Amino acid sequence: MAIGEKILEVRDLVKHFPLTQGILFKRQIGAIKAVDGVSFDLHKGETLGIVGESGCGKSTLAKVLMALERPTSGSVMINGRDIGRARGAELKRMRRNIQMVMQDPYTSLNPRMTVGDIIGEPYEIHTEVAPKGDRRTKVQELLEVVGLNPDHINRYPHQFSGGQRQRIGIARGLALQPEIIVCDEPVSALDVSIQAQVINLLERLQNEFGLAYIFIAHDLSVVRHISDRVGVMYLGKYVELGKDTEIYDRPAHPYTQALLSAVPVPDPEGREQRERIILQGDPPSPANPPSGCRFRTRCWKAQEICAEEEPLLQIRPGTGHESACHFAETHDVVHVN
Amino acid sequence: MLPVEGGLGNEPLLAVDNLHVEFHTRAGIVRAVNGVSYTVDPGETLAVLGESGSGKSVTAQAIMGILDMPPASIPKGEIRFKGTDMLKLSEEARTQVRGQRIAMIFQDALSALNPVFTVGWQISEMFRVHRGMSKGDAMKKAVELMDRVRIPAARQRVNDYPHQFSGGMRQRIMIAMSIALDPEVLIADEPTTALDVTVQAQIMELLAELQRESQMGLILITHDLGVVADVADKIAVMYAGRIVENAPVHDIYRAPAHPYTKGLLESIPRVDQKGQDLYAIKGLPPNLLELPSGCSFNPRCPYRQGNCETDVPPLHQISGTRGSACHYWREVLDGDR
Repeated sequence: MAIGEKILEVRDLVKHFPLTQGILFKRQIGAIKAVDGVSFDLHKGETLGIVGESGCGKSTLAKVLMALERPTSGSVMINGRDIGRARGAELKRMRRNIQMVMQDPYTSLNPRMTVGDIIGEPYEIHTEVAPKGDRRTKVQELLEVVGLNPDHINRYPHQFSGGQRQRIGIARGLALQPEIIVCDEPVSALDVSIQAQVINLLERLQNEFGLAYIFIAHDLSVVRHISDRVGVMYLGKYVELGKDTEIYDRPAHPYTQALLSAVPVPDPEGREQRERIILQGDPPSPANPPSGCRFRTRCWKAQEICAEEEPLLQIRPGTGHESACHFAETHDVVHVN
Repeated sequence: MLPVEGGLGNEPLLAVDNLHVEFHTRAGIVRAVNGVSYTVDPGETLAVLGESGSGKSVTAQAIMGILDMPPASIPKGEIRFKGTDMLKLSEEARTQVRGQRIAMIFQDALSALNPVFTVGWQISEMFRVHRGMSKGDAMKKAVELMDRVRIPAARQRVNDYPHQFSGGMRQRIMIAMSIALDPEVLIADEPTTALDVTVQAQIMELLAELQRESQMGLILITHDLGVVADVADKIAVMYAGRIVENAPVHDIYRAPAHPYTKGLLESIPRVDQKGQDLYAIKGLPPNLLELPSGCSFNPRCPYRQGNCETDVPPLHQISGTRGSACHYWREVLDGDR
């Protein structure tokens, strides 16, 4: 699909959660640096994949984009207006334009509401989108769009399977005709044979409505399939950002290389010869990240400069896309398929 | 004395033979396992592949003898460990096998570990209960084991509680407990599903190493086609409580002989299919309360013909090591649709 004008612009976004001590007089003794300086753009009709391990800040990033959390600093501009600073009626209006599909369709749908009420609830808040009389028809249209039977409007979530529930979640996300949908692990709770159905649906909807997706997932092959660009996060920062082919075929950052090589390839041929970079240990705490480069404590290329100077996300010699490593060097780690 | 002794002869280390498991619920009888047979030999890795509800975990729980009976019951079948049918043993005799000769690792280490005891206590419990060791000796053994599963600073961390460990370290503790008494068969039920890919790679490498050292038979239960391709020697694919295909790992990935396996493999996103729809198996996994007549997969199957709705396909022997429970396995194997 054609990629259009810029609709989302994120600059130096920071979200710290204070760590406090004491009950009555809370003193701040530090901060969890969940998102620590993230910048990117998103264009109409584009999909930006975000990958990284648990705790790297990708879900916090999603929450800040949705204005569910206020950023500590930095800006999230949607069509030129900062959602992080918006208040009241303006915030409400901006939220129409960015919606979310949650990970777990078992807990993100209220079990005591019918499907019609769940999908129609956005219209209760944004009454201007659909007048009361039209809502039922609108909801039935949405059910049809996501491949469910419009006659099931009065059923409850427990009467649907996991894949169908995720379709309900997607229909709810579409209700206000947003331009941006943030998908936080939309298929990871689903059975393998159902995942493909939901991914196909998301792609079809993107083509039909020109949606832009922020697609957060840990399944790297799914992210590759759906994304136009991919950002790799580690401890609250991007370590690498580029087109899907650049990230997967020519990764430049050691962390990306390790991450890609750790993904099991669904083909047993030549498995003994496969190169695998096994990282030692666990990621450091985001409350106290290492000085300089945050990956240096687990990096096999680390030298003195890595502890002293923080590598910025920029295009480096010999690589065609942005990476945050002093010793960035493209290295093809996986030949998938 | 352990009740199961004697040489192997021609008998496999562990053989599940025509096992049936039912659950008696208010809604009716749920037939979770309908005639499953598989074998594992020393040093061999069998991957049991299937979606939720396919009966893969229930089979494992039946082997371990940890099914709640009632509501579960085993109307038919044998589970032979070195030739002895364990379903006929007394509960006391089974306790001797469980944990000592056959051990199991669970998916979610945080809920499998007891939060109010230190990890050292929980690991050493194996030695105190099964080997009658003193507290001090058992604790020494616990430290040794934590070293063996590569938990850094084991001596200092032995008195920590489960919540003080990361997800990967907790899974290592689970592994330490399961290998404490040198079992001959290890059942790993989705051991890495809750973990990040980089940690998954560490854990799978650890399991492979332990298996090489001790020549355990490993039953790996998973839904991840990548993990299976990486480590398995042979695969049993389960669907709706039956094994629909079993084969050595290379054969199945090269040319699947059952439409379900084929569908799963084709639904993996591939680089050359970018921008196209993923192949998706249509429909939903069946409700175990009302399984479709004939072949359970027939409502979703592109190869379906008239007799699929009436005749349950037996596991056709394709070669000495391969079987497929499809009437039309020849067509599937040839790739005609």
